[in-house]
Amino acid sequence: MRTFLKTPRRRATTLAAVLVALAVAAAAFAASTASGSRSDTVTLRVGLFGDFGYHDLYAKYEKSHPNIDIKEDIESYPDHHSNLAKHLAVGAGADDIESVEVGFIAQFKSQPNLFVNLKKLGANSLQKQWLGWKWQQSIAPNGAQIGLGTDVGSLAICYRKDLFKKAGLPTNRDAVSKLWPTWQAYMNVGKRFQKHAPKGVKFFDAGSNVFNAIIAQLNPAYYDSHGKVIVGSNAKVKAAWDVTMKGVQGKQTAGLAAFSNDWNTGYKKGTFATVTCPAWMMGYIQGQAPKTKGKWDIAAVPGGGGNWGGSFLTVPKQGSHTKEAYDLAKFLTSPASEAYIFKQTGNLPSQPKLLKSAAVLGFKNPFFSNAPVGKIFGASAMKLKPQVLGPHQGDIQTAVSNAIQRVEQHKQSPDKSWKQFLKDVKAVS
Amino acid sequence: MSEQTAVEAPVAARSRRTVRSRLHRVDSKASPYLYISPFFVLFGLFGLFPLGYTAWVALTDRTLLDPHASFVGLDNFSALIHDSYFWNAVENTLGIFLISTIPQLAFALFLAYLLNTKLRARTFFRMFVLLPQVTSLVAVALIFTQLFSHDYGLVNYVLGQFGIHAVNWEAGRFSSWIALSVMVTWRWAGYNALIYLAAMQGIPDELYEAAAIDGAKAWKQFRYVTVPLLRPTIIFTVIVSTIGGLQLFTEPYLFEPLKQGATGGSARQYQTVVMYLYEKAFAGTQFDFGYAAAIGWALVLLIAVISLVNFLIVRRIRSAES
Repeated sequence: MRTFLKTPRRRATTLAAVLVALAVAAAAFAASTASGSRSDTVTLRVGLFGDFGYHDLYAKYEKSHPNIDIKEDIESYPDHHSNLAKHLAVGAGADDIESVEVGFIAQFKSQPNLFVNLKKLGANSLQKQWLGWKWQQSIAPNGAQIGLGTDVGSLAICYRKDLFKKAGLPTNRDAVSKLWPTWQAYMNVGKRFQKHAPKGVKFFDAGSNVFNAIIAQLNPAYYDSHGKVIVGSNAKVKAAWDVTMKGVQGKQTAGLAAFSNDWNTGYKKGTFATVTCPAWMMGYIQGQAPKTKGKWDIAAVPGGGGNWGGSFLTVPKQGSHTKEAYDLAKFLTSPASEAYIFKQTGNLPSQPKLLKSAAVLGFKNPFFSNAPVGKIFGASAMKLKPQVLGPHQGDIQTAVSNAIQRVEQHKQSPDKSWKQFLKDVKAVS
Repeated sequence: MSEQTAVEAPVAARSRRTVRSRLHRVDSKASPYLYISPFFVLFGLFGLFPLGYTAWVALTDRTLLDPHASFVGLDNFSALIHDSYFWNAVENTLGIFLISTIPQLAFALFLAYLLNTKLRARTFFRMFVLLPQVTSLVAVALIFTQLFSHDYGLVNYVLGQFGIHAVNWEAGRFSSWIALSVMVTWRWAGYNALIYLAAMQGIPDELYEAAAIDGAKAWKQFRYVTVPLLRPTIIFTVIVSTIGGLQLFTEPYLFEPLKQGATGGSARQYQTVVMYLYEKAFAGTQFDFGYAAAIGWALVLLIAVISLVNFLIVRRIRSAES
């Protein structure tokens, strides 16, 4: 019987055939990848963490720009930023537009050569749209502008009216605001709340959220204006820690990790009565616990204005349609778009004209008992003093969240945990 | 003319023959290498090269975003030796490895023994134990994380029915290790059981018959016939489990409630070595590639040492036995 590959000639032919097949396959592959970019329509990818409320705006933009096709990639906050770093490092894979949160902007702008300098595409003419400090935050050390501001996270306190009532506290938002002019007073209210609270309900969700809000009101906080880490020497950071610990040790905390599953469940089950609310948190609460509509209200934040969060849209240089990407980013951060998003999600515009406009100031949020959220957040955003940010802001925040959790989980005393936190900060900076 | 062609024809034929025979020789010498080359080319590209490149990166100080690397020699390694978080990660990894692998392999052996008996619907059960393997690792980790959740988890609910106080599985060191071990065991026990089963089926029936005639009951047959003959297979599974167990990442990474930093809990109570590597390289804002590469190589050494120790232990039992 003649078997396959028996004769040498057969073998040689087979060998040749295999090689030819491989070559053809390779050529076909190359051709198929090349043909993707030959068509007339331009596909723009937008990389976000969480829903920015852009869907209707995409549809609108695609209608007025028939050659543009927009695709959105949504990842979690940490995944989005670490993947962006990887894609920038290898020079491929980044989306045409990439969002960057304020905690990461200092890190990314230290490599301005990886991003398109938007000033070169005419962004200078738009500068007046934004709050001065928002515009400054995304300017690289070499003067390049790498991002257009989306939202700012000015602060308030979201609270459950029904739970306050059960604990014998006032429920009217002005009266509630008057209860806590300072964070110390907020903790005292917590003590009162805990005395008559329904079983299993705590005054606030997580010590780290309280702490972050207090930090957001400081300037300087973690970094001084020379970019030096001053966590250990800044007495105000230690004071923020001490007041947070008062609440934690007074058993006013639900001890949850922010953005964890248990935290999300806590919203649905109503296991905490207050939560520090940057403007973007409104959208989060509505998404997590739609059935609690009408039970929430919003009061002023203790200790004055502050900013927590907010993002930028950047255009990585590696993209093949940077001009089109810039035009889309410009559209998504235009005053009309930001006003629309505010009404959809609660993300507060980063533009002073809008913050003072009737559209924002007059807006009431039905989910939060018709609280005049435009007025509450808009007013505190205008008062905001920006904070000096450093490249390892995010790591310091992770370290402090862990430090507070260690106390909440009864693993360490506040003093011991603080010392370990300072050690962690030294290691990351 | 006719003379010429008469001379040329054999020359041409001869040269054609020599070309062909040379081709033949090249073919018979070279083609085997060509046939096995896909593995080696791919391994070189995706295995060997990254390994070598990582060794180079470990000797430099560079971040992910800034490719400019400065050579620092063994600085990263000397820093690693004095890094208490690294040793903490090693301790966690070994702890989770021990409490997941030993019970798991024992359980797998028992499972294989059951599957080897005359069960009804044997094929069904044999396929069934492999189901955890085809489940997405991420889905497994997410679901088990919910089961072990403090406030609303099923595990605590069941414990509560017996009057046992809710355990904060994630917060405690040992309790988090147990939760992670359950995930690992659930996923891998069936896989190892099938490997054992395959080996068991290679054991000739005569041996069991002889043992039965000598008066050995089921347990003694298992102990003195099955286990000794399975030892090469057991060595294999122990080493593969060691390599896998020491690289544990996905389960603890997804187990973490604070989805930031990959620190493995507030006191790093279940941060494994690979998680620590991930923290340094990708998770935070440091993007410290040089140091992460050093952790990677330290892990390679660790796995090599522990595999060797495991191999020696398992082999010694064997030689003592025979």
